[in-house]
Amino acid sequence: MKIGLFVPCYVDALFPQVGVASYNLLRYLGVDVEYPKGQTCCGQPMANGGFESQAAPLAQKMEELFQGFDYVVAPSVSCTAFIRHHYPSLLDHECKMAGKCMDIVEFLHDIVKPTAPLGSFPHRVSIHNSCHGVRELGLSSPSEEHIPQFNKIRDLLQLKEGIEIYEPERKDECCGFGGLFCVEESAVSTRMGLDKVRRHAATGAEFITGADCSCLMHQSAIARKNGIQIEFKHVAEILAAGL
Amino acid sequence: MSKHSKKAKAFLKDAGYSEWHDATFWAVREKRDNMSHGLPEWEQLREKASQIKLHTLSHLDQYLEQFASQAEKNGTIVHWAADAAEFNQIVFEILSSHGVKKIVKSKSMLTEECGMNPYLESKGIEVVETDLGERIIQLLGQAPSHIVMPAVHLTPDQVGELFEREGISDEIGNHDPTYLTYRARLSLRNEFLTAGAGMTGANFGIAATGDIVVCTNEGNADMSTSCPKLHIAALGLEKVIPDYDSLAVFQRLLCRSATGQPTTSYTSHFRKARPGAEPMHIILVDNGRSQWIGNQQHWKTLKCIRCGSCMNTCPVYRRSGGYSYSYFIPGPVGVNLGMLRDPRAHSGNVSACTLCKSCQCVCPVKIDLGEQIYQWRQQLPEWGTEPASKRMLCKGMSTVFNHPLLYKTATGVLPKKPFHSLKLDKDE
Repeated sequence: MKIGLFVPCYVDALFPQVGVASYNLLRYLGVDVEYPKGQTCCGQPMANGGFESQAAPLAQKMEELFQGFDYVVAPSVSCTAFIRHHYPSLLDHECKMAGKCMDIVEFLHDIVKPTAPLGSFPHRVSIHNSCHGVRELGLSSPSEEHIPQFNKIRDLLQLKEGIEIYEPERKDECCGFGGLFCVEESAVSTRMGLDKVRRHAATGAEFITGADCSCLMHQSAIARKNGIQIEFKHVAEILAAGL
Repeated sequence: MSKHSKKAKAFLKDAGYSEWHDATFWAVREKRDNMSHGLPEWEQLREKASQIKLHTLSHLDQYLEQFASQAEKNGTIVHWAADAAEFNQIVFEILSSHGVKKIVKSKSMLTEECGMNPYLESKGIEVVETDLGERIIQLLGQAPSHIVMPAVHLTPDQVGELFEREGISDEIGNHDPTYLTYRARLSLRNEFLTAGAGMTGANFGIAATGDIVVCTNEGNADMSTSCPKLHIAALGLEKVIPDYDSLAVFQRLLCRSATGQPTTSYTSHFRKARPGAEPMHIILVDNGRSQWIGNQQHWKTLKCIRCGSCMNTCPVYRRSGGYSYSYFIPGPVGVNLGMLRDPRAHSGNVSACTLCKSCQCVCPVKIDLGEQIYQWRQQLPEWGTEPASKRMLCKGMSTVFNHPLLYKTATGVLPKKPFHSLKLDKDE
């Protein structure tokens, strides 16, 4: 089983440590992972902003870049969701990416299925359930729906000894990032972010963790600006810590 | 900045009020959750409701004919209105042929859509809203800020002061909601008794029987139809459902989704006029709907049963208020309906969405509201309403992303070394 690691543009540029953690974690778990060179962006920012046609050449490029891999794994739920749900309509031929691209949390949880402890992380963490993770990839049961409760992020974090896991009140309300939403609707976006960070902080957590760096980026900027003392780590960073 | 974002920014200036607004609607969302989580078959009901709506909308011609012919068999007079102007004219003609000078109304967003009140008033007919929230905003000269709770943006003090000005309450300074409701009741009693006609909307039209079904919490639809001798009911074409079995599905979903109650206090079924009264009139209103059904990308928006739950859950609606949207229906479904109505006029609303998709997870008829907003964004260039700054920004980004060398250079100047430039242990 050959795995291609996709490190989306903003993770590549702003959170390289998340790419490193993902790579190391997959290797630690015995996954045959490669990072094909020449990656940029999946096209989601332009498409969500209303310019989907600009994402089409990027979709084509991604399709070619990851041709030889059984799975494509990315530390980003929204990029994965975009690829899965929108690539098929962007390409004028059959899309392979959509069926084999997985977020790292769902890949670990559903395919690798680690059961042995992954070292320790003796800290209090609050899970940020990103919208696209919850409602497009099914990483956890949406609070709106009457279905059995589950949370794949929590399941994985429980492999760390000493960890205390919390979820904020309104456990899967949007943080307000939304790609270009945060530019176009900055007032609402900022308010949503502040509300979210405060609810995370109210759990007493030292860290906010989630499967999407963009939500974490938005909230960390707001926490800093408002003097809220809380740190941010991608789930992969916590899982890879100390391995 | 979009039109919506400018108004949202102004709304958020009052931090205390906007926080209260958010908490108020979140509380309704929580009540809805409690209700839906109490029904084991909730998700099956949603799926069933969606299927019934898809079926009905795709066979609407048959169901409309069945509904109309059943209603006529019951002795009801059925009218067809192609647009708002024709609807208003039909209502006026019915009223003037009966010499009606005053009409009492129970809640109807359709009459709001058609601008019926100002039209009738311009013809010298007095229109009295009898849903308490609607009555309050009518007296204030405001539009509804929410489709189910039209005056929820107001505080008891604001209502109390209004009632004092209008002579509805006589204890000055008593703004206790129970007292205010009591005074409104007394004042409305007189309106019911002196009106020449009563008008209702309809939550559902039952094709199999020709009945209309109206759900209220205040009993005002019953008062509006049992005091005056003339009842006019207005319903949009998409309100027709096949039969009572279908109604049973929607009845379980509607009020639980809307207000978090197991059902409305009153579910009133109207088949024909009571003995001694004038024949009942039903006006079926198109006003764009038959065109929208033909819209391949967006016709499913017509599944909407107007419960308002997408507004209550929408993190943007809760933090920007009903008046921040340019269409008279706000929130996720309002963004979509506004675009169907007039994309040039309402493109400024499509920014009001983070694509969080909470709306489509609460929607009792499973409209993919967020996905629809995503689609509308793609269509803005058709009307030239896409924001120029966003177009430039996206063009710039896509140039960089399409040229790996340019991308490498651009990311090379950042404080951290980008991942793609790091040496991975496997490379060694």
